[in-house]
This record gives sequence, C-alpha cells and structure tokens, in this order.
Amino acid sequence: MASVTVDTSAADAVTAKGVKPPRLAPNYWPFVVPALVVIGAVIVFPWVFTLWMSVNSWTLGQEQTFIGLDNYIRLAGDMRFWESMWHTALYTVLSVVAPLFLGTLAALVFDGQFPLRGFLRGVFVMPMMATPVAIALVWTMMFHPQLGVLNYLLSLVGIGAQEWIYNQSTVIPSLVLVETWQWTPLIMLIVLGGLAAVPREPYESAEIDGANAWQKFRYLTLPMIAPFLMIAVIIRSIDAVKSFDIIYAMTQGGPGTASETINIYLYNTAFAYYDIGYGSAMAVVFFVVIVALSFVLMMVRARTNWADMEDR
Amino acid sequence: MTSPFWTPTRRNFLAGSAALGAAGLVGARPASAAVDWKKFAGTTLEVNLVKSPRGEILLKYMKDFEALTGIKVNAEATPEQQQRQKTTIELSSGRPSFDVVHLSYHVQKRQYEKGKWLADLSGFFKDPSLTDPSMVEGDFAEAGLKFAKDADGTLRSLPFSVDYWIVYWNKELFDAKGLKYPTSFEEMVSTAEALTDKSTNTFGFVARGLKNANTPVWTSLMLGYGATPIVDGKVASDSKEAVEAAKMYQTLMTKAAPVGVSGFNWAEAQSAFLQGKVGMWFDGVGFAPPIENPEKSRVVGKTGYSVIPKGPAAQAAGTFGDGLGVTAASTKKEAAYLFCQWAISHEMGAHLLQAGAGVPYRQSILDDAAVRKGVTMPGEWVDAVVASGKVSQLALPVIIPVTEFRDIYGVALTNMIGGADPAAELKKAGEQFAPVLARSEG
Repeated sequence: MASVTVDTSAADAVTAKGVKPPRLAPNYWPFVVPALVVIGAVIVFPWVFTLWMSVNSWTLGQEQTFIGLDNYIRLAGDMRFWESMWHTALYTVLSVVAPLFLGTLAALVFDGQFPLRGFLRGVFVMPMMATPVAIALVWTMMFHPQLGVLNYLLSLVGIGAQEWIYNQSTVIPSLVLVETWQWTPLIMLIVLGGLAAVPREPYESAEIDGANAWQKFRYLTLPMIAPFLMIAVIIRSIDAVKSFDIIYAMTQGGPGTASETINIYLYNTAFAYYDIGYGSAMAVVFFVVIVALSFVLMMVRARTNWADMEDR
Repeated sequence: MTSPFWTPTRRNFLAGSAALGAAGLVGARPASAAVDWKKFAGTTLEVNLVKSPRGEILLKYMKDFEALTGIKVNAEATPEQQQRQKTTIELSSGRPSFDVVHLSYHVQKRQYEKGKWLADLSGFFKDPSLTDPSMVEGDFAEAGLKFAKDADGTLRSLPFSVDYWIVYWNKELFDAKGLKYPTSFEEMVSTAEALTDKSTNTFGFVARGLKNANTPVWTSLMLGYGATPIVDGKVASDSKEAVEAAKMYQTLMTKAAPVGVSGFNWAEAQSAFLQGKVGMWFDGVGFAPPIENPEKSRVVGKTGYSVIPKGPAAQAAGTFGDGLGVTAASTKKEAAYLFCQWAISHEMGAHLLQAGAGVPYRQSILDDAAVRKGVTMPGEWVDAVVASGKVSQLALPVIIPVTEFRDIYGVALTNMIGGADPAAELKKAGEQFAPVLARSEG
C-alpha cells in the first residue's frame, strides 16, 4: 500500500492572506489519478476536441479538412456573429439588473412583518419552480398581438395593441420580462438570507442619530447585503448569459435575428447548418468571453466581502 | 372498425393491388407477379420517423405491416427538427441505428445525396418479387419522382406524402364585401387590401412572417413569376421576378396582414385564420383539418380551398414533400424496402388522405372515388389538392444548405415587413448566401 507522508513543516507557513496548503510528497499522486482521468475525459478532452474542430472545415456529410485559423477569420467578419454578441450582452445585462432591483425590493418587503407573509413568500417563489419551456409557451400565448391577454389588459386602460416578441425592437425587452418574472424570486431569496444576517445594533445607533429610512438603507443595509447581492449577480449573470430555452422556444432568435443570442446562433450553426468547425470556433470565442466575465465578477466579489471591507 | 380499404391480411392486400392493376389505373407490370411479403419474416427493422400526422398514421397501422410480413418493427418518432438533427448525425457517422428513415425532401434531399446515405432502390423497384404490380412510376406525381430520384436518375427513396401550398379563404368575409376568389396575383393583392378593415380587426391575408418559415412563401410566389432563387447552381435571387415576388410579399404582409405577423409561423397564421378574422391564408394543404373542427375553429363550413391564383408568368403550386428511404448502411435492405412500399401502398395512402394527415403522391389513390368518399375534409379541399398537383412545382431549391438559405432570405423578408427595400434586402441576402452555397458543393 502506498504510504502517505505530509511535509508538516510546510503547513506552518502562514501568510497574511491565510494558510498555505501542505506540500504533498510525490507518492501521494497515484490517489489523484482517478480524478485526473475523469476530469481529462469529461472536461479537458471535449475542450481540446472543440479546439481541434475549430481549426478544421467540417460540415456533416462532407470531408473534414484542416484550415488553420480560417474559421476565426470568418468570425471576425461575420456581422451576424457580432450582432448576436451584442444581443447576448444586452439580454444578460437587462436580465441581471431587472431581477436584481425587483428581487431586492421584494426581499425588503418580505423582511418586514405582515399577515400571510409566509404564504405570500411561497406564492412569490413559484415562478422559479416552473419549467422554462412551459413558461415560454404560456408567455408566447400571452404576448400574441391578437389573442394574447396582455394586449387585452392594456386595452382596458386605453393603451393600444403592442407587438411584444413579434416586433424586432421590442422582442428583447419582452423576453427579459419573462426572465425577470421567473428569476426575481431567486434574487429575493438570496437577499432575504442576507437581510436575516444583518445585525440590529447599527440601525438602533442610526435611529438615535436621526437617520431616515433611505439613509439607513443606503449606508447600512446596502453595504451589509452587498456580498449577497454580488452572489446573486454572479448566479444570475451565469444563468442569463447561457440562456437558451426560453429564447428558442419563444422566438427562435427572431423576428429576423433580433433576439438571436450567441447560444442560438451557435446552436443553429452546429445543429441546423451542420457546420461543426465554424460552430466550434464560435464556442471557443464565447468560452474566452465567459472566462473573462467570470474573472471580472470574481474580482468584484472579492472586493465586496465583509472581511475586506473591515480591512478598509 | 376495420377500414374498407385495409384488412391486415396478405390476401386482401394482393387482391386490392391486382384489382387496381386490372382496372388499368396503373400500368405495366404483369398482374401475375406477386410479392412474397413473408420472405423476411422474423427480421427486425429499425424505423426512424418524424413525429407528425404522417408519421402517426404509419405508427397507427404498423401492426398491419407486421401481420402482413412477419417483420417486427421498432419505430421511433421524434419531432421534425430533432429528427433531422439526429438522423444527420447518425448517417454521417456511417453507422445509423435505423434501416428506414423518413426524410423531408425539400430540406434533406441534396444533403442525403451528397452524403450517399441512401440505398439504391432502382433494382428493388423493378423486381416483381419485391414490388407490387400497382407500383409504377406513371402513377406518381412528377414532383414525387423528382424528389425521390437523385441527379443521375437513381431511385433513392419512395415518395410518401406531398404538401402543396393552397389558399384557404373565408367565404363569409368575401361575401360580406361582395368579393370573389381572385384569379390573378394582382387581384389577390387588391382583394386582400379590400378585405382589410383594421377598425374591426379584420385582415385580408396571413402567411408566415417568421424568419426561415417565411422563405417558402416568397419562393412559392416567385414560381408564379416564372422564377426560382437558384439557377444552374448560382444565386439568382436579385432577378426582376424575385424582387417582384418579394414586393408582393411585402405588400400583402404590411397592408393586409395582422399586427405582429413578422413573428408568425404557420401555427400563429392558422390561429388567426381559425378566428374568422382573416380573408386568405396561404400555406400547406396538411394544415387543413383543424379548420373543419368545431372545437377549434370559427370558420367551419365557411372556408374555401383553392389553388393559388395565376401569377404574371404561370400558375404554380409550391410543392414540398416527405419520403421514406432505406439507409445505405442497412443490412436488411429488402425488408426495409418492403416497409417503404407498404407505407406508400394504396391502402396506406387512403388512410393518409382520409385522415387529412397528408396527400399521397399516387394519382390512383386521389382518383379513387371510394377513397375520396371516406375523406373527412370537404370535397373542395380534395379538388384543390388534385388541381394543385397539376400545376405543382418544387418551391425550394435542391441544395445542401437549405436551412441557411431559408434563414438568410427569411431575415431579409422579415426586414421587408419592417419596411426595408426588397431589392436591397435580396441583394444583401444573395451576397451573404453565395459563399455558403459555394462552400456546400465545394
């Protein structure tokens, strides 16, 4: 049996940022091999294969040929690709900001004491339990310009019929409306958790100092729930940027390409046009963008944690 | 209740076929020739179908085929888009998991040919021990044979169901305005505009506006101008005729169609027509059954079914269709061929037509008075089908990148509904599509 020895002298090394993990002796590594094999097969191999396909011209049913960086050069000049990147950015930002604002507001409301609070909280979180495609079908009917209930409700207050997802200029805000409806409860739950952890004493001091409700929120509540908001932003951003089901089921990226995000374009390229090489190049570029976004979000999150704020 | 056209016995099947042959509806093969339907008894076939009314008919009567042949069938039916993806991926791997595949000719024909994914059925078709005497080329609509044969004339599949585009029109709205069904494109546009009254939410025309789905509307109209978007393998979508067809599409969709039509696929267009507030709906014959269903429709008994009016150059019904092929990789080709043959037999064609699920390519079925009697749709619908068959033309180009073609031109057409100039949009789309087309055959 392989023996495990740990160099304990290394464990004593303490830096200002924390404790360094112990340095392991070389005969420990066989135990890591199964995990490495799984990671290699499930994560590394698909990525290496995707990279390889991205430098090939490969359409299903045709010969595969090595073309170097041609797919990437083609991407650079593909207006539909850049348009889809812009749609992705717009959709992501709106799908993060709107639920964040409404979810925080809802959390502040549900943090108070009022009759039927528990029941109403239950009702409020129900949208996030529904299946996205089912939601998409229901909302598609609601958005229908002639038969939809939304235009009927607008007509009751004298507002004319809107085209919602059936118009190029209103399709993204309409899709964001659905996304917001579904995911505001998640933000509410996260922020509610943050509010439960907020100490009462600072509020008592603030009240003695004569702070009004807005000042208490701005200078006490908001900084104290900031780490929770950041977690909510990260979760929502990841979710929104890879959003596919609702958009595909409701508009398939249309009208025209007005709601075509990079995921939809990538899907069409690979599985409707069967242009696997070009689709792979798109996936690689999108992956780089996601990694960059993740780094930015992780850095921002690091700046908002309580320990660091105390250091400042 | 057992259908008068089909009982699951070999004897009845052969007797029916022989009777057709004797009636002279079909031709040439000797009536004494007999298919040995039991030759492959004990074989198991894997069949990949599209989940659609047409696929459902095959599934419904599958037991009849098993009883007739002793062949066991494992059938899988998936929705159209997913089925296309799955079959393409499997066929390109060289080892498909199925022996028989249901394909949409208007999308997959050229792709399948280039990939050499389908077996040559020419020999089987000529073999009297495998092919029923009633099955002769002369019995099939011309479009079906064009679809089923490759560029060299080799039979690669059997034509299963054809979809002609016709005009559904609301007689009540026409009567209210004292209008008659148009006889020309010009009249079609003026009638659509005359029927439109936005104050009462009534519109003269509806068709697909959604990207990709809308392209066949334009290409079908283009046939009336005597043009096609691809000529001799080159993009010809900015021709005068193509632009005229696009202008007609733009006029109909902006001046006479409901609000939000740029997001309409066939389902939304159908819903609008079923509400009784749309004068004309231009789409495939296969979407007719809900129109005469009182639970779904407000236009039951009020709908006219007609061939598209004559264009400036021709009267042409845009034609699309499905077929059934045997995979080149199959080790059970003859048994698989028997399945395809059964699926397009007189009896199965009758079931297809009578249910309104599709239209067989075989004229002998459409002409059979007994079959027509059992059709649940109005006689006018069958007349429109038969008349469309006489002016049938393929509405989409036979190329590999059909989906890109539909997407790129679909965006252009959607932009036209938004007010963009048809000539400029078609020129831009042509520039975009030309390299895609070149790459596909390169």
